[in-house]
Amino acid sequence: MQKILVGLKRVVDYNVRVRVKSDGSGVETDGVKMSINPFDEIALEEALRIKESGQAAEVIVISVGTGDAQQQLRTGLAMGADRAILVESEGSVGSLGIARIFKSIIDRDSIDLVLLGKQAIDDDNSQTGQMLAAIWGRPQATFASQVEWNGDKAKVTREVDAGLEITEVDLPAVVTVDLRLNEPRYVKLPDIMKAKKKPLETIAMADLGVDPGPEIKELSFEPPAERERGVMVDDVAGLVAALKDKGLA
Amino acid sequence: MSKILIIAEHDGSILNSSTAKTVACAATIEGAEIDIAVLASTAGPVAAQAAELESVTRVLILERPENEQAIAAILAPQIAALAGGYSHIFGPSTTFGKDLMPHVAALLSVNQVSDIMAVESSHTFKRPIYAGSAVATVEAPGDSVVVGTVRIASYGAANGGNSAAIESADVSADLPSHTRILEVQSGVSDRPDLQTAAKVVAGGRALGSEEGFDLIYRLADKLAAGVGASRAAVDAGYVPNEMQIGQTGKIIAPDLYIAIGISGAIQHITGIKDAGTIVAINKDEEAPIFEIADIGLVSDLFNTLPELIEAL
Repeated sequence: MQKILVGLKRVVDYNVRVRVKSDGSGVETDGVKMSINPFDEIALEEALRIKESGQAAEVIVISVGTGDAQQQLRTGLAMGADRAILVESEGSVGSLGIARIFKSIIDRDSIDLVLLGKQAIDDDNSQTGQMLAAIWGRPQATFASQVEWNGDKAKVTREVDAGLEITEVDLPAVVTVDLRLNEPRYVKLPDIMKAKKKPLETIAMADLGVDPGPEIKELSFEPPAERERGVMVDDVAGLVAALKDKGLA
Repeated sequence: MSKILIIAEHDGSILNSSTAKTVACAATIEGAEIDIAVLASTAGPVAAQAAELESVTRVLILERPENEQAIAAILAPQIAALAGGYSHIFGPSTTFGKDLMPHVAALLSVNQVSDIMAVESSHTFKRPIYAGSAVATVEAPGDSVVVGTVRIASYGAANGGNSAAIESADVSADLPSHTRILEVQSGVSDRPDLQTAAKVVAGGRALGSEEGFDLIYRLADKLAAGVGASRAAVDAGYVPNEMQIGQTGKIIAPDLYIAIGISGAIQHITGIKDAGTIVAINKDEEAPIFEIADIGLVSDLFNTLPELIEAL
């Protein structure tokens, strides 16, 4: 195994309580903390561990978006990635467009393995990895909670509704990772300094010649239907009575 | 008119209830004509169940040995080959559909509408984003096929009683051999299935151990309920991953949901907020779960649960 590509999406931080703008045009992102999508961070950690075990030569992180995504790519470099690619786009790009961008980089840089988060915590789409596998004509192993790398194959434990599914895929492949795969490392200050010297390549999306395909338009946003706060009971007897009242016990 | 193809989820013999819920969603599209595709090595029993669903016109069988297991790279090319003439292709937003449908969408060169929770029109849908902190109304292009997954907790199952035509469909597709399922590890349980149970009892990290979780099972058995867990309880190893409820686990909508020792992070709430009645038992009166609970009890679960199990 030679080169691993890891996608890093810039998203509203996991801990931020997201609010819809009052005019329904989007969610509030002004002055909100932005981070690497947590699933992508796990994907990067896995890539770094593969490299540290001597099974990969290079870990490349990639992001698609505005120049702001450089922050997340620098964090990825500080974690240990060797180089970064920012594909600059003004508007938002759908999953199909992202998958096509990744495919063009796979071809250009001869990538052997792609590790992605199983979903982004902003749009919750869970699409890019599967789409990339389709376009690339290579295996996909989604929702990975454990991976064993054996030369030209990988044995992936997938978290599925029924339990765990153990799938073997030939490499090259796309693996999308779930939360329990690993715990990403913390970035240390000297690594942040070192990361500043690592290469970060910027490519305009137009220069890649990628057609993002027909986009799905976001027309409006609204807050979810709220549940009303109910009643508090004092003890088990009160709870049982309340349940009986609703015909539930 | 909308011609809709729904991809059946099944285990080779039983049609998963997610399919009936996907049908219920599709049926809310005006003028929908619905076909179900059953991809299997032996499709007969599953096709017969699919044909019973209300609103279904035809059940199409794609039988071949490679369809024994649900591998996206095997199923998707066959679905893409069948797609001509359909305006919509839907699957359930379960791990089966999440794995498969984007692969289909990419083969058809379109983006996917994930987690449809409401149909506004044939090409306009509502879907949750940011772990359900916001609902987006999205519009798919009118001139290409709509590929979508259905948030099954938003729909009741379509009724039975129908007898749709069952036909075999011949498609030619090159299938890869690069992916092999070696094993499926599935917890065997006599309890009601978490995703379809009318009542669910779930425990969090506060249970403290695998043994501590025994209290949850005992309460569930008393209520004939399914059992779930918060992410924290799964991470801690108290229960297996298939019991996880929330943004990255299962999204459920039982009549009764009892959350025990679960603080109620937004990522968990998104998995339960369609429940009929939510009951929360937690030691911390500030726990966010109480903001959405219909019935709340502030107390120590280790004292309360034995008493509750006794009282029911």
